[in-house]
Amino acid sequence: MAAAVFLKKFCRINLSKFVQNKNLYLKTRQSQCRSFRVNAALLQQPFDSADEKPQFPGASAEFVDSLEFIQPNVISGIPVYRVMDRQGQIINPAEDPQLPKEEVLNFYQTMTLLNTMDRILYESQRQGRISFYMTNYGEEGTHIGSAAALKPTDLVFGQYREAGVLLYRGFPLDRFMAQCYANADDLGKGRQMPVHYGSKEHNFVTISSPLATQIPQAAGAAYALKRENADHAVICYFGEGAASEGDAHAGFNFAATLECPIIFFCRNNGYAISTPTNEQYRGDGIAARGPGYGMMSIRVDGNDVFAVYNATKEARRRATAENQPFLIEAMTYRIGHHSTSDDSSAYRSVDEVNYWDKQDHPISRLRQHMVSRGWWDEEQERAWRKQSRRRVMEAFEQAERRLKPSLDLMFTDVYNELPPHLHRQRQDMWRHVKQHTEHYPLEQYDN
Amino acid sequence: MAAAARFLLKSAAYSKASINNITNGVYSGLGLTLLRLSPKCDPHARTQKRHAAHFTFQPDPTPTEYGQTQKMNLFQAITSALDNTLAKDPTAVIFGEDVAFGGVFRCTVGLRDKYGQDRVFNTPLCEQGIVGFGIGIAVTGATAIAEIQFADYIYPAFDQIVNEAAKYRYRSGNLFDCGSLTIRAPWGCVGHGSLYHSQSPEAFFAHCPGVKIVIPRSPVQAKGLLLSCIEDKNPCIFFEPKILYRAAVEQVPVEPYYTPLSQAEVLQEGSDVTLVAWGTQVHVMREVANMAQEKLGVSCELIDLQTILPWDTDTVCKSVTKTGRLLVSHEAPVTGGFAAEISSTVQEECFLNLEAPIARVCGYDTPFPHIFEPFYIPDKWKCFEAVKKMINY
Repeated sequence: MAAAVFLKKFCRINLSKFVQNKNLYLKTRQSQCRSFRVNAALLQQPFDSADEKPQFPGASAEFVDSLEFIQPNVISGIPVYRVMDRQGQIINPAEDPQLPKEEVLNFYQTMTLLNTMDRILYESQRQGRISFYMTNYGEEGTHIGSAAALKPTDLVFGQYREAGVLLYRGFPLDRFMAQCYANADDLGKGRQMPVHYGSKEHNFVTISSPLATQIPQAAGAAYALKRENADHAVICYFGEGAASEGDAHAGFNFAATLECPIIFFCRNNGYAISTPTNEQYRGDGIAARGPGYGMMSIRVDGNDVFAVYNATKEARRRATAENQPFLIEAMTYRIGHHSTSDDSSAYRSVDEVNYWDKQDHPISRLRQHMVSRGWWDEEQERAWRKQSRRRVMEAFEQAERRLKPSLDLMFTDVYNELPPHLHRQRQDMWRHVKQHTEHYPLEQYDN
Repeated sequence: MAAAARFLLKSAAYSKASINNITNGVYSGLGLTLLRLSPKCDPHARTQKRHAAHFTFQPDPTPTEYGQTQKMNLFQAITSALDNTLAKDPTAVIFGEDVAFGGVFRCTVGLRDKYGQDRVFNTPLCEQGIVGFGIGIAVTGATAIAEIQFADYIYPAFDQIVNEAAKYRYRSGNLFDCGSLTIRAPWGCVGHGSLYHSQSPEAFFAHCPGVKIVIPRSPVQAKGLLLSCIEDKNPCIFFEPKILYRAAVEQVPVEPYYTPLSQAEVLQEGSDVTLVAWGTQVHVMREVANMAQEKLGVSCELIDLQTILPWDTDTVCKSVTKTGRLLVSHEAPVTGGFAAEISSTVQEECFLNLEAPIARVCGYDTPFPHIFEPFYIPDKWKCFEAVKKMINY
């Protein structure tokens, strides 16, 4: 008797609840790409194991009746796409982007200008004039090739070795210098270490030191831009070392499941500071991970500016048209030290570095290409070197003479407004500093 | 990381009982049937009964200035705030684990149907991804409301919150910011949540300049504060006392309204002791104030801090200047808890007015235990004892 009552009660409350929830469940599932439906016909037919199809909601696949593990293919990995050889000759004319002369000259001049700026700022750090620097040696082609294939309105999220993207977009030399010197002209108000550039005007999101944090952020930005229905893509740069962070996993997976118009651009330069790639991963680099996330992926020769350009151009076109992420792994080599705080001869040979510097460099490859087309010669090279050097030195000297930002700026922008406690702390700081001016470098600041 | 939570809650959300349903306990319909059918096991046996709630929710007076009101519990007040936001801000999106079907605590029920699947959507199960993704949305200027399923699982996103969200505006010289990001997370003890469904992590974030941390005590306040967080131009973390999701019911205005951040609220004026708390603990302290009045004739001033960072120093110090005594109480462990910050600030500001050492009644410095919860939490008896000591000092 009691059992019957409970059974009735159970049916009334819980079954109705169950049915209700089941409907809700089905409704939400219907909208997903891989919907799960049990084949009704199959259920009614006489059982034959050969006809069985897997019905698991988690994957769409056939059964297999022999035990076989999937083996990663690391010996013969994803091929490296290239357009021109080391002598700058186009290999397959069908792949020649056929850029006009002015555009190619612009590529070359931006790459070499970046190289000149790198040399001067690197030396200035050695002399203690700026506190820190990171060069872009050997990776100039990845920056300029990809930047040129984007629209200026596309939002860029970077790691820290992508100054060429900003330079290509027209960020003035003065601003690069202002940031490294942390002077009063720095848009970042002197708060971050050198090379942490950012520019709202150039749609280049300010760099931060924590690695890979920008990856899921870029996916989020791409999602928001997709909702705006504007023709916007997001590009997100990172090194192969950063790709080991959990945030890289998060970003790739979110971008794929949430269908974001984004290009993930990995600079695989062989090292993360001293760690070679065989201590970073055991798969076929980064590109091989893309398909695992359901992401279109390609590997390109990062020292071939045209290959980088072509891949980025196509990825951008499809990412915005189809709202799906693309992964480009640009193979390259970090010719310089990791940073000014690193001596890379402690963990790799000079011969190895020399090979890349002398025999397979993005700048020299493009120069050979231009020379072979009659677009460039020794004299133009000499004149451009001189001119670019002068421009960098002018910006450099001007930045060095400039005062540091006002001390008040230490307290602003923590929040959009100045909360009372920060207001008090700023007053305390000033009171103290004014009483002890002899102990503080006040005269260097623009107060 | 949140796998444990999903395991616990998947079933809870689909059946009538749920983890936060403290009045009904955890018996699901099927479980109850089985228990009653078993001759040896009586669910009503005295020894098997769960411990009673450690607080009594007391509704605030119904606000009249914002128009029509409706009876809502805390989770419904949250839904109402989210509904208002999605209605007036076309850029606003809500995302997290399991928010699409309404959320494991029902806070997003109906919103996907009303506003579309591109605005209310599930993410992969990855907290660092959720917060990073939310920052990215906010960087474009759109409104991002991220949900972390339990405050206990916010730590995988600690880097994104502390190094990124909090520092975005500062480090870029205000070129970029993620001010339109709000992170909501269920918070606090729930009677049986044990280590990973009970935590109160506000003090970890209180040490982080650049974020705002807000904790409501009631449905009316939750809606007003959440709407303020969403509108605020800074990344905000909004902790929702999950024990109140269903337990706290009051009349809540249907239209949007805003309760200011960084302002504490004096809930009850008094002259002998100042009591400071936030979240559920405000209700505990209200009872303590009544007990002190009845049993000791002590007049307590009760303050709900509401915003942990940046907190309202002035209201608290003004009160202590008047009463001369301060008790701060929170569920989180005492060492490094936010009471320490309040206590040392008040000591600096009100040294000449203090007549007794400042008391902190908090959780012990242990992980949050399962079966020992009634002994762990800073309940009204522990707080009352502290008041008594302070008065007799």
